[in-house]
Formats: sequence, C-alpha cells, structure tokens
Amino acid sequence: MLFFIEQLLNGFQLGVTLLLMASGLTLIFGIMHLINLAHGSLFMIGAFVGATVMAYTGSFLLALAGGVAASGLVGMALEYTVLRRLYYREHLDQVLATFGMILFFNELVQIVWGRRPLGVDTPSWLSFTVEILPGVAYPAHRLAVIAVGLLVIVGLFFLIMRTRVGMWIRAGASIREMIGALGVNINLLYTLVFGLGACLAGLAGVMASPLMSVQAGMGENILILTFVVIVIGGIGSLRGAVVGAVLVGVADTLGRVYFPALFRLWADPATADAAGASLASMTIYLVMAVVLAVRPQGLFRAHA
Amino acid sequence: MPETNKRATFLTLGVLAFLAILPPVALALDRPYMVTLANRMLVYALAAVALDLVMGYGRMVSFGHAAFLGLGAYTVGILHHHDVMMTPFLFGWAGSNEALLAWPLAMLVAAGYALLVGAISLRTGGVYFIMITLAFAQMVFFFFVSLIAYGGRDGLVMFSRNSVAGTDILGSRVVLYYVCLGCLVAVLAFLVMVVRSRFGRIIEGCRQNEQRMRALGYKPFVYKLTAFVLSGALAGLAGALLANHSEFVSPDFLSWESSGLLMVMVLLGGLSTLVGPIYGALTLFALEEVLVAYTPHWQLVLGPVLILAVLFFKGGLYGWMTGKRTG
Repeated sequence: MLFFIEQLLNGFQLGVTLLLMASGLTLIFGIMHLINLAHGSLFMIGAFVGATVMAYTGSFLLALAGGVAASGLVGMALEYTVLRRLYYREHLDQVLATFGMILFFNELVQIVWGRRPLGVDTPSWLSFTVEILPGVAYPAHRLAVIAVGLLVIVGLFFLIMRTRVGMWIRAGASIREMIGALGVNINLLYTLVFGLGACLAGLAGVMASPLMSVQAGMGENILILTFVVIVIGGIGSLRGAVVGAVLVGVADTLGRVYFPALFRLWADPATADAAGASLASMTIYLVMAVVLAVRPQGLFRAHA
Repeated sequence: MPETNKRATFLTLGVLAFLAILPPVALALDRPYMVTLANRMLVYALAAVALDLVMGYGRMVSFGHAAFLGLGAYTVGILHHHDVMMTPFLFGWAGSNEALLAWPLAMLVAAGYALLVGAISLRTGGVYFIMITLAFAQMVFFFFVSLIAYGGRDGLVMFSRNSVAGTDILGSRVVLYYVCLGCLVAVLAFLVMVVRSRFGRIIEGCRQNEQRMRALGYKPFVYKLTAFVLSGALAGLAGALLANHSEFVSPDFLSWESSGLLMVMVLLGGLSTLVGPIYGALTLFALEEVLVAYTPHWQLVLGPVLILAVLFFKGGLYGWMTGKRTG
C-alpha cells in the first residue's frame, strides 16, 4: 500500500511535467491555431541549457532560470522568423515545418553537447526525503516538481482568466481580427504567447532533467505523451489537459510497476516480465483508444 | 487529379525509364551499391505514394504510416523466423518463407490495423487525426520494442529473402529491384485509376466539403475509412518489400521519424499528384547520399531545407517541373 502511494506520486510527478507541456501546446493551438511539433525541442533545449548551467555554477535555481530563458528566447525567435507565416496555413504545412525544426535541433544538440546523455544531479538542498505519511519517505525533489508545476499552472489560470493580458489572449483566440482592430498589437501578443508556451516547456525540461537522461530525442518522447494527454483531455481545453495529464502520468507509471507483477500470477517470471513490459509501454495508448471510442472529442470538449 | 498534361506524362515516363535502366548502368559502372540505394528508395516511394492517397486526396494527415510499413515488414520477418527456426507460430503453423503467401498476409495485417486506427481516428479530424495516428503508431513501435522473442530493440535478422513459388529468384539483388519497381508501377497505375474513379471523386469531394457530400447522401466516414485501409495495405506491401531488401526487420522502421520522412517525401515531391512522392523519395535519398559525404549531421541541413520548402515551395518538385501548382 505504501509502495502504491509512492508510485502514485511518481505518476503525479510525470503528470505535472506533461501538464506543463500540454498547457503550452494548448495555449499555442488554442490561440494561434498552430500545431507545434517543435514543442518537444523546446523541452530538450531547456533541459540541455539547464544541465550546462548546473554543471558550471552548481546552482539549480540558476539552471532553472537559464533553461527557461533559453527555451523562451528560442521559441520567440522561431515564432518571429518562421511560425508566424504558418498561422493561416494548413495543419499539414505546420506539421512539416515544425518536423524540420525537430530534425535541426536534435542534430544541433548532438553537435554541441555530443551523443552521450548528460546526467544531472538532484540539487543538494533537495536531496532529502520527506515522510509524507508514516512509513512513506518520498524524495523532496520530486515533491518540488509537483509543487512548482501546480503553482505555475495555477498562475497560468490566473493570468488567462483574471488579467488584462489574459483577456486579450482569450479575445484573440475567439476573433483575432477584432482584437487587432481594437488596437492591440496582435503580432506582439502572439509572439509573447508563444514565448510563454516555450518557457513552460523549458521549465518542464529543467525540472525533469535530474529524473531522465538528457539527450537528443528526449523531447519527442515527451511530446508524443503530451499529444496523448491532449487527445484524451480534449483539444484546446486547459481543464482537459489537467485531467489528461494526471490520467496519463498515473496510468503509465502504475502500468510499468504493476503489469509485470500481475502477469507473474499465471506465467513464469521471464515471460511475465516481457509480456508485462510490453503491455506497460502500451497502457496509455490503450487508455487513449478507450477514451476515444467512448468520446471521440476527448473528455472535455473545448467550446472553440 | 494527377495532371494529364503532356509534359507531366513525359516527365513521369522519363523517371520510370531512368529507374528501369539504373541496375545495368550501375553494374556497368561497377557501382552495385547504387542498386541497393535505389531499391530502398523504390520501397519508400511506394509507401509515400500510398500515403499521398490519404494525405493528398483525402487530406487525412496521417503521422503514423510507418506503423503500417513496419507491420508489413514484421509479418514477413516473423513468418520467416518461424519457418527457419522450425518453431510453431500459431495453431501449430510453422510460418512460411513464401512471398506469395507472406506478402498478401503482410498487406492484410497492415490493413487490419489501419481499419482499427481509422475507425477510431476518423471520427475526428484535423489536428486530432494527426495526433491520434502518431500515438497509435507509437504504440506499435513500443509493442515490437518490447517483443523480446523477435529481437526487441535490436530487430530481427532474416537469413534469406522470401522464396517466390518455391524458387529463390529474389536472391538476386537485381531481380528484387525489378520486383520492387514493378510493384511501384503497378501501385501507381492502380492508384491513378482509383483517384479518377467515382470513389476517388467522392474522397476528393469529402476533402473539399464534407458537409456537402453528406447532404448529397454519401457517408464520408465509410469512403475515408476505405481509402485509409487501402493506403495502409499498400504501405504494408512496401514493408514486405523493405524486409526483403534489408533482410532485417527493426522497430526503427516504425519510428515516428520514418512516419515524418514519408510525409516529407510526399510534400517535397508534390501533394495530391501520386507521381510526386516518387520524386520526393528520389530527392530525399539523393540529398542524404550527397550530404552524408560531407557531414554525418546531414539532418542539420535537411531541417531548414524542409522549412524553406514548406514556406516557399508549394506544389513540390512535381508542381515546379510541370509548371502546375497543386496541393
């Protein structure tokens, strides 16, 4: 039972990472109608820059700042040079152009940082465990990921629902010509929104970096999981993203832990582990298939 | 519709003639690896042509076509594996190394999965469709990665190519090349016929205005699903050929990168032209070959090329060469 709670928290922690990614993607899709495959690359850039800053300064907070800033700047540069030309184009064009960006960035980080995965140490001031329940000790760093992620998401809700900028953003999502006619610099607004989404991806990248190996291609694994989150939650819905992220994070983590154990009940250990592992890596896709079979538009359909 | 102007027909015949005389020329020039390279290109061109049917004509942007290719390849690989190892596969059946049996089965398996994916994903459209096809392809990828009995991550080595009606004529690289070329031409001719048929018109009508097609009494879902399954089956055939070409089957065949590259071939060559993807595949493989000679990081160049192509090269190579803008 204690083990179960620990795994559940691990699931939440993956869910929060996915949520940071999904909210950025949803924001960008909801407002600019752009499908951005390079969002995973921004995640990767955050992780790499964060790891480098961490290695030179030893400060995780500086790493966090550096990674977020790098992702944000790269994101805005991409928006300014290429992506803003694609807002009115078909999704197919957007997919292919951002696919080109993925190829470019995956190759670029291999040139700059080499092919060997970087390891990032947990910051020393977070390398202790917290006894969250009697007998359940949980790493403080993972708890911090959950807490920071949730704070950021709450902040994002506040920004979009309660501030003037958020009002512009929501207005821009509904009728972009109108908000432009009302005197808001729509191009600048779009660049900033894209930068905001990129910063969220960078934040997710730096925070997850001690928990995964930092290497080329890491962004796409997360990106595809994020797509599953969005498909399950319903596209363009932040509420859906929250539910989807938790569902995917928990299902994936629990699947990896419990399916092999489940199969051991009626098969020999070697076969059980193989079959269990194979089913575990497919868990979230099966969840997605079930959700889609019942609700083709996802759990929460956005009004837009 | 494929352009029917003279210049286009002439170009297409020229490319096919070039492909037809390539093996003897390459062998005469003592460059046998050219045949291998061109063969790989033919196989991917076949899959890209199949993808163009759904992507170009139905505007179903499938980001998971490599899964159908991979399923076809694995069907051939697994049947071969059991045949060679003489281990039972299913219900005591010990697999087979016969192309006439394995290839149709490869198409059937790919079609079956396409039916499943299509039935779920075609109820939605647009961006949803892209993400769902990608996710389902990734599911198959992980399935084969964790299938240790068939090599898992490392893939499955084939000890020989398939036999055809009991003979081992595919043992010759040149014969295999012409078989692949024959398949490509046959599929191309078949799909040209399909898009010109009533069925093809309906698919295109659904792309332009699904509401109107529904008002006319058609069921877009059924037509789109049929096209998707057909496309999947043909990608499965490409997979069967790829397994024979590589004499090796690997999860990399179904990675999301391969799905993406198939889309790149279609777009570079010319969307909704059917012939275009062949140009696209030719160009992409040639580009890789040239760039790799200079740098192992050739994708550093391919990425920006792709972005520029999307921004400024609408219509692709085919559109550029025929002076017609399509897509």
